[in-house]
Amino acid sequence: MSNTLTAKKESIISYLKETFNDVGNVTLFAFRFFKEVIKPPYEMKEFIKQCYVIGYKSLPLVTITGFIMGLVLTLQSRPTLAKFGAESWLPSMVALSLIREIAPVITALICAGKVSSGIGAELGSMKVTEQIDAMEVSAINPYKYLVVTRILATTLMIPLLVIYADGIGVIGGYIGINIHSDVNFHRYLAQVLESITFLDIFPATIKTFFFGFFIGMIGCYKGFNAANGTESVGKAANSAVVTASLTIFIIDMLAVQITDLFF
Amino acid sequence: MTQEKTNVELNALATVNDPVIEIKELYKSFGTNEVLKGVNLTVKKGENLVILGKSGSGKSITIKCIVGLMGIDKGEIKVFGSDITKMDNSELNKIRVRIGFLFQNAALYDSMSVRENLGFTLMRHAKDLTAEEVENQIKEILESVGLSEAIDKMPSELSGGMRKRIGLARTLILKPEIILYDEPTTGLDTITSREISELVLEIQKKYKTSSIIITHDMACAKHTSDRLMILKDGVIHAEGTYDELEKSDDEWVRSFFI
Ligand SMILES: Nc1ncnc2c1ncn2[C@@H]1O[C@H](COP(=O)(O)OP(=O)(O)OP(=O)(O)O)[C@@H](O)[C@H]1O
Ligand SMILES: [Mg+2]
Repeated sequence: MSNTLTAKKESIISYLKETFNDVGNVTLFAFRFFKEVIKPPYEMKEFIKQCYVIGYKSLPLVTITGFIMGLVLTLQSRPTLAKFGAESWLPSMVALSLIREIAPVITALICAGKVSSGIGAELGSMKVTEQIDAMEVSAINPYKYLVVTRILATTLMIPLLVIYADGIGVIGGYIGINIHSDVNFHRYLAQVLESITFLDIFPATIKTFFFGFFIGMIGCYKGFNAANGTESVGKAANSAVVTASLTIFIIDMLAVQITDLFF
Repeated sequence: MTQEKTNVELNALATVNDPVIEIKELYKSFGTNEVLKGVNLTVKKGENLVILGKSGSGKSITIKCIVGLMGIDKGEIKVFGSDITKMDNSELNKIRVRIGFLFQNAALYDSMSVRENLGFTLMRHAKDLTAEEVENQIKEILESVGLSEAIDKMPSELSGGMRKRIGLARTLILKPEIILYDEPTTGLDTITSREISELVLEIQKKYKTSSIIITHDMACAKHTSDRLMILKDGVIHAEGTYDELEKSDDEWVRSFFI
């Protein structure tokens, strides 16, 4: 009886230890980024390549999801607003919810699935096949070449993708409205622009930089620390997606509190 | 601190006959798995040392410790006379550019073509080279491993033997003074194996390198070795020339040569 209890206690303690260890390692990994990002040499070519891979190659996916977001949001909101006779508010409401919340979070989640797992799998397989060791023994800093460039690229590209998704979402919303009524695009756009203020855009954009940073950081961390053996590549990719998605929700929650505090 | 400094300076003046690699009482374990339990070995300048040993005996670990890829538990590893286990990263990197490391599975950069694989290291360490000089050196080194035609191929388009050669070319491009070969011929047919062994000997002569060669291939061992060592139970179990070990009294040692 007491034996199983001690065993349980020990397993809980070892689990906690592991979790704290993990959190500590991620923190160190992230701090290393700020230390290395300012030191030359700057891997400009790899950075630009990563911007292309992460940003440009995600465009089709973000276009489709952004469009559907706008369309569905409009169609779903319409009955509720109609109940209060507030259908004319539809463009404003769709634009505001898109820009403040839906586009940043959904786009970030999509990118967690595509980009974070991609980075996790790529670096994981480089780790497993000793390519990262090969860089190290030829006196090239793999953290700088692989990690810094990717984190910078995601931090820069995710906000741009979100802004793009905002735009596509607004177009989706226009089509959604036109399914039931006939609205001129200029009037629609004017109404949208009128309802958006700086305070809607600014905090929403700031948080997307954090989304981008963590999407890159978590993918890199998981890949860089993949264990030996090919199955760990899949594990790295998988846990990158899960951790990054969870982190996005947590940042989103914190962002809402902080925005409330200041604005 | 000053004591250490003078030591390093003295070591720089070391004579030609001094060992380029000197490992003393090296211990390394992973959790409860004690892999190395007091390895002692030296590599003299210009010498090819072959290390034999069963799979999992810790051969790869030993040479990974030499380039500082792995922390050690206890012991001393002197390369060019200075202890690499006490170095910080920038000192270690100065040693690393003088050592070539051929990985067991070549470890070519998958996302880069053969040209980029070779240029990647070169451009970062010889910054004053023009693009043309880089290109010329890449072509020259590819020619010396006999794979000039593969320059624009991706690693995924190469066969196992070709990958080994490109890996070797990548190792050679910085003109290292020491080369650590991890199973250069494993998984290759006998003819290709012999060619690679030839290449290893040629490199030794042409570039005056000192090497450690890990292998299971006794033909390669016989061909390339000046001296052999056999790793068993975490220590060097036997040492000698190929002929000496082949006639050893120890039956276990002889069993490698059948
Ligand atoms: N990163 C690691 N983590 C934990 N254990 C490891 C690690 N690398 C190697 N080992 C263990 O160390 C031992 C020696 O491994 P090593 O790769 O040096 O063997 P080897 O002699 O090169 O064998 P082979 O001839 O098969 O390549 C093995 O038991 C292996 O399980
Ligand atoms: Mg090995």
